[in-house]
Amino acid sequence: MTPFLKQTGSTLFSLALTFLGLLIVTFIIARVVPVDPVTALLGERATAAQIAEMRARLGLDDPIWRQFGIYLWDVAHFDLGTSIRSREPVLSEVARYFPATLELSTLATIFGVLFGVPAGVLGATRPGSIFDQFTRLFGLIGYSMPVFWLGLIGLLVFYGQLGWVGGPGRLDSAYQMAFEFNVTPVTNMILIDTALAGEWEMFANAISHIILPAGILAWLSMAYISRMTRSFMMNELGQEYMTTARVKGMSEARVIWVHGLRNTMVPLITVIALSYAYLLEGAVLTETIFAWPGLGRYITDALLIGDMPAVLGGTIVVGCVYIGLNMVSDILYRLADPRAR
Amino acid sequence: MRAWLLDPNPRSRLQSRLGQAWLQALRFRRNHLAMLGLFITVTLLLAAIFAPLIAPHGPITQSLADRLQPPLTPGHLLGTDDFGRDILSRILYGSRITLYIVGLVILTAPVAGLIIGTVAGYFGGWVDAVLMRITDIFLAFPKLILALALVAVLGNGMENAVLAIALTSWPPYARVARAETLTVRNSDYIAAVRLQGAGATRIIWGHIMPMCLPSVIIRVTLDMAGIILTAAGLGFLGLGVQPPDPEWGVMISAGRKFLFEQWWVATMPGLAIFLVSLGFNLMGDGLRDVLDPKGAR
Repeated sequence: MTPFLKQTGSTLFSLALTFLGLLIVTFIIARVVPVDPVTALLGERATAAQIAEMRARLGLDDPIWRQFGIYLWDVAHFDLGTSIRSREPVLSEVARYFPATLELSTLATIFGVLFGVPAGVLGATRPGSIFDQFTRLFGLIGYSMPVFWLGLIGLLVFYGQLGWVGGPGRLDSAYQMAFEFNVTPVTNMILIDTALAGEWEMFANAISHIILPAGILAWLSMAYISRMTRSFMMNELGQEYMTTARVKGMSEARVIWVHGLRNTMVPLITVIALSYAYLLEGAVLTETIFAWPGLGRYITDALLIGDMPAVLGGTIVVGCVYIGLNMVSDILYRLADPRAR
Repeated sequence: MRAWLLDPNPRSRLQSRLGQAWLQALRFRRNHLAMLGLFITVTLLLAAIFAPLIAPHGPITQSLADRLQPPLTPGHLLGTDDFGRDILSRILYGSRITLYIVGLVILTAPVAGLIIGTVAGYFGGWVDAVLMRITDIFLAFPKLILALALVAVLGNGMENAVLAIALTSWPPYARVARAETLTVRNSDYIAAVRLQGAGATRIIWGHIMPMCLPSVIIRVTLDMAGIILTAAGLGFLGLGVQPPDPEWGVMISAGRKFLFEQWWVATMPGLAIFLVSLGFNLMGDGLRDVLDPKGAR
């Protein structure tokens, strides 16, 4: 077995353990929650016999380890329970909400990388310059900003005052009906679906709606990415191979953007994956402000009415995505850096 | 005085420590942004302490005749909200809630992390494996979502919000403390203490934890902004502090209803959150540059 496979194997093993831990925690939360699932399902006026029957059906009379075993079995079969609010399987609901979150955070990460990496590299090559100080301050402000407040201010200025962007939601209400009739949901990501259906006017409207929330999340991600890129690049600039490259007569641009950036890319992969994972969760508040039908809003809405299966199912899915992104970054890291293999 | 502080041959431990602190303070003072951060933090502290003296009105005093007055109205510098409560007074009183939450979290989470990290690092073996696995599990959870789920279980309210934030923020401290412990665990001075017959508790408490403190403290100052933002986020979602308490996140959420007509109701408390977390971030950056030259950029 090659060392690469062996290490990947041990990564997978520790991920499986982490996933088990995730399930244990959600199970404990589900069991100590003050909302009684039987009352939630049957209402306040159920008879004692009905309650006893429901308890037996839900397996609440079994010993706790058995309940946990059943829980594991269900999750292994992609059964995350039934939402109390809609009486639909949680997993299929989550599958419907998740693409909206994915679309938003992917767009934000793309912007974050496009602006953050060059800003970090330029800052590292001219430390202390006006540009460097401006980027640092811009990043620091992004770090310190309550994202829900930024969203409100953004709506107030760019939608309310200037009218440059669309308001809350994914489309104008005028397009909403046309969307349901004319566009077949393939991916449930509105930009891709409208483009596939050739509805360019609708596509443009969707862009005007996504640009503000995505831009706000991109600011957060850019703050983190540019800061890390800068410090990684500073490290590389002091290395001897940089001097060697210059002595060979290589142009300064090539030294920095090809040799330096290539070596910076290795730790940067982890940073980008982390900020992507963070955006998936950071979207909770942004989605609430922008009435964006994503996973974060699904979880918070469920929470406010005490729909625990939906909350925990959503939490498990977000946790899985989080764990999955960590694993991908771990593997990419080793593929990109021959020393780590 | 200066000569005594900067004496190259300090006569006592206290003198040398004060001298060090003096030099670090000088370095901190040269960093203008860090000084701005310190200024904001001190202002927050003063506002919280003297809120009853400087606030022109009570935080929950309603006056329906004066509802939704714009900023700069006489008597209401930052305007009033939909119950006619003075926004400036509510922000000033709200600083107490913010400080209270931050204070409780930084008294619990770093301590828990410190204990778990040093124990794991010192004993190693299966203790380390188990504790670090638990830490990893908590790290694998998205923080805000775990806090949301915990508040859902524990019920709304300030204490539960604090508990939820503390339960989600200890893992990084455990990681930092463990890393520091591993670097000192096998050093000679620890071996010497052990040969003198000191027990594990004594070694960890008296000889390892002090070594971990600087990096944990730096981490705490950098985390304070995040704690404020999470607490405000929970309040905003209606899961943390409950109205009518003047928590800043709750105030933003209340002002959201008339954002387009009476913008100041939601804007002003947000500005307060932003300034305070910017202050903590600036101060934390400056402190790190001073206390940990390795991490300085």
